[in-house]
Amino acid sequence: MISRAERPDVRLGNTQAIRLVAEREVRTRLRSKTYRIMTLVLVVLVIGFALIMKVISSLDAEEKVGFTSATAAMAPHLESIAKGMGEDVDSEQVTEQDGRQRVADGTLDALVLGTAGPRLQVLVDEELDGDLRGPLTAAAGQATLDGRITELGGDPAAVAAEVGRASVDVTALDPSQTFDPERLAVGSVAGIVIYLALITTGQSVAQGVVEEKSSRVVELLLATIHPWQLMAGKVLGIGLVGLLQVAAVGIAGAVAGRFTGTLSLSVPTTVGVVAWLIVWFVLGFALYSLVFAGLGALVSRQEDVGGVTTPATMLLVVGYVVGISVLPSAPDNPIVAGLSLVPVFSPTLMPMRLAMGGVPLWQTLVSLGLAVATLPLLVALAGRIYRNGVVRTGARLRLREALRTG
Amino acid sequence: MNVPTYRPATLERMSATEQQTTPSLEFDRISKRYGDLVAVDDMSFGIRAGELFGFVGSNGAGKTTTMRIALGVLLADSGEVRWNGTPITFETRRRIGYMPEERGLYPTMKVGEQLVYLARLHGLPATAAWERTRAWTERLGVAARLDDEVQKLSLGNQQRVQLASALVHDPAVLVLDEPFSGLDPVAVEVMSEVLRDKASAGVPVLFSSHQLDLVERICDRVGIVKAGRMVACGTVDDLRGAGPEQVVVDVSGADPSWAREVTGVGMVRSEGSRVLLQLQEGLDDQAVLHAALRAGPVREFARRRPPLTELFRDVVSADAAEPAAAGKEA
Repeated sequence: MISRAERPDVRLGNTQAIRLVAEREVRTRLRSKTYRIMTLVLVVLVIGFALIMKVISSLDAEEKVGFTSATAAMAPHLESIAKGMGEDVDSEQVTEQDGRQRVADGTLDALVLGTAGPRLQVLVDEELDGDLRGPLTAAAGQATLDGRITELGGDPAAVAAEVGRASVDVTALDPSQTFDPERLAVGSVAGIVIYLALITTGQSVAQGVVEEKSSRVVELLLATIHPWQLMAGKVLGIGLVGLLQVAAVGIAGAVAGRFTGTLSLSVPTTVGVVAWLIVWFVLGFALYSLVFAGLGALVSRQEDVGGVTTPATMLLVVGYVVGISVLPSAPDNPIVAGLSLVPVFSPTLMPMRLAMGGVPLWQTLVSLGLAVATLPLLVALAGRIYRNGVVRTGARLRLREALRTG
Repeated sequence: MNVPTYRPATLERMSATEQQTTPSLEFDRISKRYGDLVAVDDMSFGIRAGELFGFVGSNGAGKTTTMRIALGVLLADSGEVRWNGTPITFETRRRIGYMPEERGLYPTMKVGEQLVYLARLHGLPATAAWERTRAWTERLGVAARLDDEVQKLSLGNQQRVQLASALVHDPAVLVLDEPFSGLDPVAVEVMSEVLRDKASAGVPVLFSSHQLDLVERICDRVGIVKAGRMVACGTVDDLRGAGPEQVVVDVSGADPSWAREVTGVGMVRSEGSRVLLQLQEGLDDQAVLHAALRAGPVREFARRRPPLTELFRDVVSADAAEPAAAGKEA
């Protein structure tokens, strides 16, 4: 009896306590059906997106133009002119009768029948595709020009080569950033992924806190570990699980994009996009999960989680909506750029901007610095609310009250 | 009311016995208020090593708050809880086995994993945690449910798991809030046996309950709380003997009115020729016996010791001022 009482105190280090809590979170969550299905759905969606983009681009890609034997000489001309204009034209020599048939059934976009002076005779089914009018007009002009040069005793090829060399040297005082449309698309996808990941993991944290409160298990836990250890372990565990999800989706998207050829970005750029996505998920999660944990501790029932976390959810939604509606069309919008430096919006806006490219280094650093600097403040604030709220079951606790007591 | 207010004379007696053994778990002038509501008011009592202490009182009397303060889940406004003479710290708290008033388990976690997790939070290594989990679930009859989620168990079985969670880390102190509520009679037996065993192994056991017959049967000592104050505290025998003296008298064939003529005697109730009398303090019961003999042949004359239920009812229904004043005397 006496030896029992004199047995030394049970020591449980911070690391060990936090690890125990985090381990439990990871194990329970990885096993949960909701998480597995959600991850699978996101991976399938991002791969599906890559595939759809490929199908769309292949549909859009080529214009098929038929040439009769009379106009066949123009075919290489048209192809090179079209290429210069950024259009893909595939030429094919057909008989006139066969060509007419194929224009009618849609396997040829246009059939070049012949020339009447400077005018080119083209047969189409309903109307001439906008992408073809320019190249065809230019080809007609070129043909006319070539004819006149030959008449004057010149060499059309030499003239063409000289014309080809003519260009404009531009010196810009304030060069505007050019954006790769592909990166804009990647940025939008990154925005969707990080938004969904932050909102689901944030909600998980709040629900996890309330689960422990409503089941009163928190009383047992707090008799053994400090509130901050419990909160840290929970946030860490849920964060790791969320990170795994973001990484899975990011990597699946990058691989699918490259594999289908939708993504022609260089490997370093792709790695950069995924890496920034992960960095900002970690930061964004750290910021938001603390807020969600603190807010969750104010209520005792799962039904109240949605209501009490609305302010945090709204901030995430605002950042995401502003980003996804403005950035793809105006990636260098100065207002959005400004917002993307503010800690509450940077987790959603910055990864989008970074994926789209053209973010000045100082902005990257400022947004990172501000986010990191906000963390200790939130740790103190959320920790206080959590500590005061977590054992107060019953009615919803007011924020002011939770901050004041204890 | 014809029954005089019960005054817990045991309080003085208790302090005399208390000096013999220092309590292992000691509550020293604990107070806690929520805004205007005084939940616990200057509460003092102690539980010795190896003692089973029953904590009784109406709902809202402050039992749960007191227990939560011992576990550090709540901070007291003033006062101190000591274990073996030193204030309870975070580290010593891990040696307490605790059962909260409501279920304190993860509903969707498996029984085995849950117990192991809690044991490890109390500092047990993983292998020992599994070993203790198996041993306790077997003892409490829930070993077959180790791989089931807690929410799939019946309430009674959940309660057994809950008790297992309080015992799994081999605690040196037990604090159990309503451990018997919702248990079937078999489980009540198992639970009482476990508590007795722990107590005889030298563990101070504090538990609250509304089942007063049970408390009376298994507890070494009982504390009655009212409005945040300990209004009576002592062994069951002490408490039962503490009230005003009562005697049951059966005078064959006599009208109960004989008793009214004895000064200092109040009639509590009568049933035919059998009467229950309450004697004024200091009145010699032999005077009553003589009066009874004068009335006719005495078939029964016995001191009556009220059951705990009756004491409890008297204490709880008494005016607030009265027990409060009594509490201060201690």
